Amino acid sequence: MANMAQAVRMALHFAEENLGVTDIFGEDVGMPLGGVFTCTQGLKTTWNTPLDERGIIGMAMGIAMAGGKPIAEIQFCDYIFNTIDLLKLAGNTQWSSNGQWNLPMVVMTPVGSGIRGSIYHSHSIDATATHIAGWKIVMPSTPLDAYGLLLSACKETNPVMFLIPKALMRIRGQELIPGEPGEDKALSKLIDAPLGDRTRWAPQWPALEDVSIPIGKAKTVRSGSQLTVVSYGRTLPLCAQAAEVLAADGIDAEVIDLRSLWPYDWEAIKASVEKTGRVIFVNEDTEVTNFGEHLVRRVVDDLFFKLLAPPKLLAGKFLPGIGLADPLELASVPQQSDIEKAMRALAAVQP
Amino acid sequence: MARDAKKMSAPAKSAKAAAKPFKALVTHSEELPLHKKLLLSMHDTMVKARCLEERLIAMYKTGHGYFWIGGPGEEAFNVPLGLLIKKGMGPAFDYLHFHYRQSATLLAMGEEPLGAIRQMKNTATDPYSGGRNFAGHFSKKEWNITPVSSPIEVQYAMAPGTALVQKRFGGDGISIVTGGDAGTAEGDFASCLVWSSRPGQELPVLILVTNNRWGISTPYEQTQGVERISDRGVAFGMKTKTIDGNDPISAYLELKEAMEYVRTERKPYLVEARVSRLYGHSSASGANFATNEADCITVFEAKLEKAGMLTREQAKAVRDRYTEELADLARAVKEEAFPDGSTIWDHVFHGEPGRDPFA
Repeated sequence: MANMAQAVRMALHFAEENLGVTDIFGEDVGMPLGGVFTCTQGLKTTWNTPLDERGIIGMAMGIAMAGGKPIAEIQFCDYIFNTIDLLKLAGNTQWSSNGQWNLPMVVMTPVGSGIRGSIYHSHSIDATATHIAGWKIVMPSTPLDAYGLLLSACKETNPVMFLIPKALMRIRGQELIPGEPGEDKALSKLIDAPLGDRTRWAPQWPALEDVSIPIGKAKTVRSGSQLTVVSYGRTLPLCAQAAEVLAADGIDAEVIDLRSLWPYDWEAIKASVEKTGRVIFVNEDTEVTNFGEHLVRRVVDDLFFKLLAPPKLLAGKFLPGIGLADPLELASVPQQSDIEKAMRALAAVQP
Repeated sequence: MARDAKKMSAPAKSAKAAAKPFKALVTHSEELPLHKKLLLSMHDTMVKARCLEERLIAMYKTGHGYFWIGGPGEEAFNVPLGLLIKKGMGPAFDYLHFHYRQSATLLAMGEEPLGAIRQMKNTATDPYSGGRNFAGHFSKKEWNITPVSSPIEVQYAMAPGTALVQKRFGGDGISIVTGGDAGTAEGDFASCLVWSSRPGQELPVLILVTNNRWGISTPYEQTQGVERISDRGVAFGMKTKTIDGNDPISAYLELKEAMEYVRTERKPYLVEARVSRLYGHSSASGANFATNEADCITVFEAKLEKAGMLTREQAKAVRDRYTEELADLARAVKEEAFPDGSTIWDHVFHGEPGRDPFA
């Protein structure tokens, strides 16, 4: 089974062959490295850029304006913050020109903690990204979802931010991407660049299929009746595992992988909360002005009388950074034990 | 120390220094090497553009618009630029990444002034933004005019992107980006220099800077140590020059030469044009006529008169005609409707009907 980096790479290959992608670029995105996470190895349209994030986003906007289909990578989302006003501009170009100029462009960037990346390789961007109108924002938690969401992003005629949880980059999927060989080593042999000299290497792409996942559609990864957990990215598998642990104690949790942050699948959240009456939103961005706070607000506004307990948010601590040492990172962003604890507490609340 | 002391001089002194011409300025001011018909046509459009800006200012001052910003004083540069642009849609034509002082360029390209008046009045009929954006914030996809935005210099980060597509496309379409001197302090200007001059991957970008030696109220001397902004391109191995943007003849010839180079060589060219700023930065600073700066139209008219091509009476007649025409246009849009509040959701996303996601 492919890991997320391989899934991204295969989606990009499919997109440059079938979806009109013209440019995949960013710092170290081209060969010989093919991306610091190997997401762009062996692709046809990759190239290396100057170390200039604003230049990268500006380039993507220009290519999109002139009819190209760019996929720009910001190497870590920690380095996207100096491009915020260009991201705003990309998000308002269609609106401010009263419908004249749309920008079909994708910005992909690794996000979040989990690799002991210290202060500048652990940031999350979902709170900031969801604050920029005019963008669609997706964040997969499995390789198959990464593949399918990236295909949808490439088909979009609007700007899409594709957020890759870096902690999950090397985690193998449970589901086969149609076309990939089932055996891990076989896939690696086909599409992973060798160590050392890569000048003569070319990938052998499997025959891939268009299994796009619509933007705006959540996935219920575990059905349950007593409480709802809504998450995405790195914390999603932790929530699913926590739900299994709790199930052994008779707490039956429903787990929803939001997958798309904007637009998001309110119907899925609503249907689940109406059923369980209890909801907790889990993500790892800092908790003040967090995207989960918006979701809590919406639950309160729309579903107040369906609730059996106050809606909860479990998110990253509101800190200037995530410290390098293991105990510092573990104490800064939600871990499985934190999620279990929060879920148990929520399940125990009686109206 | 002496250099620093000079830079820290009082604003009044710096303002005076701002009027000084550059050393080694490329100029053709003593010649009239262009055909009379072109010269008179440039004069006509320059006056039309000035009258348009003055009408927009009048609209602001009489409550028919919230904010004015534009380019009066830059007509001698902006009109030749518009005449030389390869106008059309798509990579075969020039992509235009303008800032908000470009109305004269649009008029020279053949645009009617009515749209600018509607944008000033923020009516629903505003063809550039539907009443969403300030005056001078043009956008016209049929002519590759990308949306002008208020953040200074962002357009310089985008121009290499359109130019990359054009270089691959072939043909002679180029990307043209304009901005002011103060904005060159932004990193996006440096991005443009870096991205358009990568060795072996140079891009057809005509990088233009109109230097009026002001950033709102701050004189150039207080903020930048480089005497000629065009020199910044030298470090990147690109062709550069500083020209007299107050003389339409110089501007025409120099822009033509630079454009031909970019069109045929498919490489960047940085042109700095020395221009005046005749009504201040925007309405925020009063939008009153600056009597201490050269007026390119007055100077050009004197030159045309000396050459026996235009009499004072004829020049006055051109101005009177446009003043009247633009006043009529402003009156005509007076009663036009503002966009309806319900339209705010339109065009948030392409290809989707506008809707309130929480309704």
